[in-house]
Amino acid sequence: MIIRIMGEGQFRVSSALLDDLNVIDNRIVDRVAEDDEASFKRDLSALISTIKGNGEPLDPTEIVESDIIVPPGDLTFAEAKRVFSGCGLIED
Amino acid sequence: MVIMGYIKMGLLNRMSTVVRAKMNTVMDRVEDPNETLDYSYQKQLELLQNVKRGVAEVTTSKKRLELQKAKLAQKMDQLDSQAREAIKSDREDLARQALERKSALSVQAQSLDQQIADLGQEQAKLEATEGRLSAKVESFRVKKETIKAQYSAAEAQVKVTESLTGISEEMADVGLSVQRSEDKIETMKARSLALDELVEKGTLEDFTGSDDIERELAKIQAKSSVESDLDRLKAEEGK
Repeated sequence: MIIRIMGEGQFRVSSALLDDLNVIDNRIVDRVAEDDEASFKRDLSALISTIKGNGEPLDPTEIVESDIIVPPGDLTFAEAKRVFSGCGLIED
Repeated sequence: MVIMGYIKMGLLNRMSTVVRAKMNTVMDRVEDPNETLDYSYQKQLELLQNVKRGVAEVTTSKKRLELQKAKLAQKMDQLDSQAREAIKSDREDLARQALERKSALSVQAQSLDQQIADLGQEQAKLEATEGRLSAKVESFRVKKETIKAQYSAAEAQVKVTESLTGISEEMADVGLSVQRSEDKIETMKARSLALDELVEKGTLEDFTGSDDIERELAKIQAKSSVESDLDRLKAEEGK
């Protein structure tokens, strides 16, 4: 499974990791819904370190589509809310 | 992901949607395969230039902040020696004023240190991005020539779509990274200009802390640093 962390490139990880990632991802959804910025930051950084800790960076000459795209680690709470409202990461 | 029979759209799915939306604008162009490959390659080269400009901009901004920090440090030294002179002439009131200004500047100096460190990280990140994109662009160029030379138009269509999807995702990612980096630099530029003005005018009090409580705490902190500075100077001057 190929995962892209925005701004940090692509990583090859075992598909077995998907369940763990889903758990964190669902928690992030709740954090945003609860307006809990501190926990959101903690969970986002846990999501990213889980991928990096269990994955191998992809050879940059390989050109492949990712299965999952993860937002950048410095994604702000305001940006996350915009992503959830479907307005994208940056206003056009 | 499916939970209790309904689909919950997480951050990861949303993020993919955001990126794919950015990719579509490039993919829409797939009409004539060869033309599309060349067009995408041109766009990749332009993007690579953008990233290089981004790296240069971050580097310049970091240097500007470092200069500002050096100026602040100089000003703080100056205020310290002015306070020392005031103590020598038994003017504790003047010494106190100078040290109060010095304390306000030191808060700004700390915030500058943080911003300089942030920009350093941003610079490293963008440089790595440039390296990855550069490798991908070269790899795409080779692939593009192979596709052009070896496949019929119908076969090429599939290959073109494959390689374009991968590179378009990379381009959407890099494009967003550069844009976010530019936004960060703009914010820092504005803060840095405001700080220059405040240092010039000598009014730094309102700049510390964003709310009343923070401002009060900053005042208490400033007061104790002024007192300890005063004691130090007095002791050193034997007063």
